[in-house]
Amino acid sequence: MSGPVMVFIEQNEGKITDVSLELVSEARLLADKLGACVSGIAIGFELKNELEKPGHYGCDKIHYIEDRRLAHFTSVPYAKCMVNIIKKYEPSIVLYGATTTGRDIAPRIASELGCGLTADCTKLEIGSHKIKNKTYENTLLQIRPAFGGNIVATIVSPESFPSMATVREGVMKIAVPDTSKSVEITDEPCPLHDDDFLTEVIEIIRKEKNCNLKNAKIIVAAGMGASSSESLSNIKELAHVLGGEIGSSRPVVDAGLLEKDHQVGQTGVTVRPNLYIACGISGQIQHRAGMMESKRIIAINSDPDAPIFQIAHYGIVGDINEIIPKMIKAYHAL
Amino acid sequence: MSGLNIIVTVKQVPDTHNISGDAMKEDGTVNRAVLPAIMNPEDLNALEEALKIKDLLGGKITVITMGPPKAVQVLKECLFRGADDVILISDRRFAGADTLATSYALKCAIEKIGGYQLIFCGRQAIDGDTAQVGPQIAEKLGINQLSGIMSVKNVDTSSITVCRQTEYGQQIVRSNFPVLITVTGDANEPRFPSVKKVMAYKDTGRLENEESYDEAYIESENKKIASIKEWNVDDIGADVARCGLGGSPTKVKHIEKVVLTTSGINHIQGSDAGISELIAELKNEHIIG
Ligand SMILES: Cc1cc2nc3c(=O)[nH]c(=O)nc-3n(C[C@H](O)[C@H](O)[C@H](O)COP(=O)(O)OP(=O)(O)OC[C@H]3O[C@@H](n4cnc5c(N)ncnc54)[C@H](O)[C@@H]3O)c2cc1C
Repeated sequence: MSGPVMVFIEQNEGKITDVSLELVSEARLLADKLGACVSGIAIGFELKNELEKPGHYGCDKIHYIEDRRLAHFTSVPYAKCMVNIIKKYEPSIVLYGATTTGRDIAPRIASELGCGLTADCTKLEIGSHKIKNKTYENTLLQIRPAFGGNIVATIVSPESFPSMATVREGVMKIAVPDTSKSVEITDEPCPLHDDDFLTEVIEIIRKEKNCNLKNAKIIVAAGMGASSSESLSNIKELAHVLGGEIGSSRPVVDAGLLEKDHQVGQTGVTVRPNLYIACGISGQIQHRAGMMESKRIIAINSDPDAPIFQIAHYGIVGDINEIIPKMIKAYHAL
Repeated sequence: MSGLNIIVTVKQVPDTHNISGDAMKEDGTVNRAVLPAIMNPEDLNALEEALKIKDLLGGKITVITMGPPKAVQVLKECLFRGADDVILISDRRFAGADTLATSYALKCAIEKIGGYQLIFCGRQAIDGDTAQVGPQIAEKLGINQLSGIMSVKNVDTSSITVCRQTEYGQQIVRSNFPVLITVTGDANEPRFPSVKKVMAYKDTGRLENEESYDEAYIESENKKIASIKEWNVDDIGADVARCGLGGSPTKVKHIEKVVLTTSGINHIQGSDAGISELIAELKNEHIIG
């Protein structure tokens, strides 16, 4: 039998994050294929009330390390707690949200354990892999777009344990919660000494998100072909008229035209709105990875051969600054 | 103490932001030869933070990179901007390294340099965006790490206070030395190369087949470096089994060229009539309100 599929249960201010619940849902699917159980690792202070929640999404067990000094995330203590639990329970797979926290500790843990880690996976599967004459069954296939984006790489690490991956928020589908399911919570001893706390948290500054792409029903997204001030104001107006949010491709964010939380894609947010209007976006895989599952996709692009048209449901070849005003006019005329 | 000893790690990367169609070979692999090689953008931000601290407190900045011989180019760019010493870590036996094997080699080199208080890395490299190497070096050296910083708030001779960007806002944190810090593109605007330094170092290059690295590293009166130090697996005392492909737990199982599914696209005319029809259809299907 295979070791458990583990999920790092990330919390913020004592609340379990959405990405952790998405990962528990995915871990359940992987564990069922392996005949394994799903366990979570929760680290923090006074989280007990929250810990039932992962159970509703398919988590069988939670290992909980509680300590006042762990209320806020810092690298070395969290990584040490994780390594301790991983060594004790020998999971076959460990999953982390690709958050600033997950991306901070997962590599540190992988380094200490000498195991493989793949960042920003967009898909996880169970399969086999052959190295020389040896076939490894039931190994984790870690799938991510790679290098320049025209390729998708499947990465494996069957010779080291466990296989680890980070996954961005929104990439894995969250299960329908079943509140009748319960989870077995085990208190684990805190393995830390005072001199493990090398980082002093001086202040936490909260910032409200200024846009909520994840829950948006309609997204109007700007690419480099819609980055002039005229185009951006057209896009803002269309989003406003339709009651949608504004998304963007990465170069638009890199150019400082929109804030980072508007970015859709592999290194941004993954969205599944009812309607996604891609304006002046070429449709490279890193962008597509974040919006392909939108229910309807309208692509507006002056280049009839732009790859975005190959995944769009509706394609309009033309200039943003001519098409969008027509859309706004047509909407008002309804 | 006369200032701080700061180590900066940098990487030469293909300019994936400006990738074009002919960069892809028939078999779906990437033709690195046609892509321009640049210094990884966030490594420039890492260097800039080191330079700012040196401007403030004095000290020495040593830049290291692991890569093929042509990676000396990025080291020269660091000299042009004010790095004091640069080292190329290069050996065929490093080839095929994943992040774990890379961080092992860099750790060995950093231990050989020794005596550092601060290590700066770019948060991530644009050819993979993994953000793994920095934290892995920190673990291997057994030192603290502060990742994804957007600014340095304060630094003195024994500690540093920085602001980390998180999903929920910012975290102001302090650590004593030694500590490894990964820097984001938001942290600063990297300075331009200095004309004086470009003139001083423009002919600096690798010294082929040198006998002794100490001899090869000649510091003349105007502090010009005649040749760039080059360390191989043996120089940094690395265990070959932990280097390159063999030292990498992750393997690429296969690579697939992305084939897009051209399933039933609806071509809409850009005319008033075509667009009115589309909007009406979306309205009828309750996709828009
Ligand atoms: C590791 C990695 C991670 C990445 N992560 C992401 C990510 O999360 N999200 C992301 O979006 N990208 C990401 N990228 C970048 C990605 O590869 C592409 O470079 C990017 O998506 C391209 O953005 P774009 O479509 O806006 O720009 P371009 O590719 O420049 O496309 C502009 C398009 O606009 C069209 N156009 C120009 N003018 C007009 C006009 N007047 N009217 C209509 N159309 C016009 C052009 O025909 C063209 O198709 C990543 C890259 C790497 C290497």
